[in-house]
Amino acid sequence: MNVPDNLRYAESHEWILVEGDTGTVGITDHAQAELTDIVFSEPPPIGKKLAAGGVAAVVESVKAASDIYSPVSGEVIARNEAVEADPALLNTDPFGTGWIFKIRLSDPGELDALKDPAAYRAQIGA
Amino acid sequence: MRTPLYESHLAVGGRMVDFSGWEMPVQYSGILDEHKTVRKAVGVFDISHMGEFFVGGPGSTAWLDSLLTNRVAALPSGAAQYSLMLDERGGVIDDLIVYRLGSDNFLLVVNASKIDEDTAWMNSRLVEGIEFENASADFAALAVQGPLARGVFVSLFGREMPEERNRILQVGGDFVVTTGYTGEAGFEWIMPADEAASAWRRALDAGAKPCGLGARDTLRLEMCYPLNGSDLSPEHTPLEAGLGVFVDFEKPDFVGKAALVAQKAAGVPSRLCALRVTEKAPPIRPHYPVWIEGEKVAETTSGALSPSLGDGIALAYLPARFSKPGQEIEIEVRGRRFRACVRKKPLYQKEP
Repeated sequence: MNVPDNLRYAESHEWILVEGDTGTVGITDHAQAELTDIVFSEPPPIGKKLAAGGVAAVVESVKAASDIYSPVSGEVIARNEAVEADPALLNTDPFGTGWIFKIRLSDPGELDALKDPAAYRAQIGA
Repeated sequence: MRTPLYESHLAVGGRMVDFSGWEMPVQYSGILDEHKTVRKAVGVFDISHMGEFFVGGPGSTAWLDSLLTNRVAALPSGAAQYSLMLDERGGVIDDLIVYRLGSDNFLLVVNASKIDEDTAWMNSRLVEGIEFENASADFAALAVQGPLARGVFVSLFGREMPEERNRILQVGGDFVVTTGYTGEAGFEWIMPADEAASAWRRALDAGAKPCGLGARDTLRLEMCYPLNGSDLSPEHTPLEAGLGVFVDFEKPDFVGKAALVAQKAAGVPSRLCALRVTEKAPPIRPHYPVWIEGEKVAETTSGALSPSLGDGIALAYLPARFSKPGQEIEIEVRGRRFRACVRKKPLYQKEP
């Protein structure tokens, strides 16, 4: 299972790539494998204020709907319309073109509460 | 509970879930892939959780005709028939397949979730001379489905698959019948439980791909085949479910007939309708509210994303006045309503 070294991870299987005060958020390879065929996704609207651990988006497989949580607090500054048009990107490229939204961090200190790659690997038994 | 194929499922990557108390594979390679396999090639499903009842003895034809809606007396030996077992109010206890093995010798295949209830119901109505046996634990079953099922049949049994639906072939202690729950060509193969693992292996070797309950559900929903416990229940009659063609009103009597006759005379109040969304929407799931003209009129009984059509599809009991194809409706998903339409059944039609 792929767990890139340059990301931080939430226990609920989201990743965040931090560049300055901006974070890009998606779901992990492990999450997409568990969810299986993703057939619907709805990234949050630009401007939406999210709290760390709050529901940010919904993705649905053929069998079930799952909430996606924001790893950090902040305001949505971009949404990936490509995963809305082609939800399978979440399965095929979860750390790349399958990103879900970008957020301006309101409290970078929250990043300390997230897992580093080693801790996330341990969580999923990878 | 586990079928004799539990280990076989794990060995080929089956993802196990609970289904009415049974640990069954929901998928192997993925629901979309398995769905397409059955529509375009051939898949094999473990259906060992389903129940097998044997009925025999003089008078068993008449006895079954008194318990079931379809006409057993009209069923020739070597053929199978879809039928329903109703309560006195005309509500559905179970839907099942009757196999006529001989003049007074029958096999009934019933839903896994209803084995105990059906057994108790039939035992409580047993009459002198009838032998009734719930042999569910002794049998396993596979469903081989898809346009390439004929080839699998030939390699398994060394003869051509009957062209006609509902034909029974007895091979030793096995029953092979050209039936299915997918809308594709194929057969269901009932066998002694201890033969299941080798039968499964032989089906895979003959080219069938393992398919799970997830694909089974999307395939049957595209065909608008009802699932008991979801689309069928004691709350609705077969007339409401659109299964009137499997009810023989000419029979002198059967449990529930009087209620159906009365309902027919008074007008059937609701109809199980096929629904398809007409705008981009999340997948539809069971128990989503259905709105018509600003009022919540029903809930979906089944729902899914149709892999063949690419749209959300569902079944719901709509008031009869709203049940005509073309009726515009809305389906509520997480507080938002999406446009949908009543469609003719089946929702999916194979291209010629």
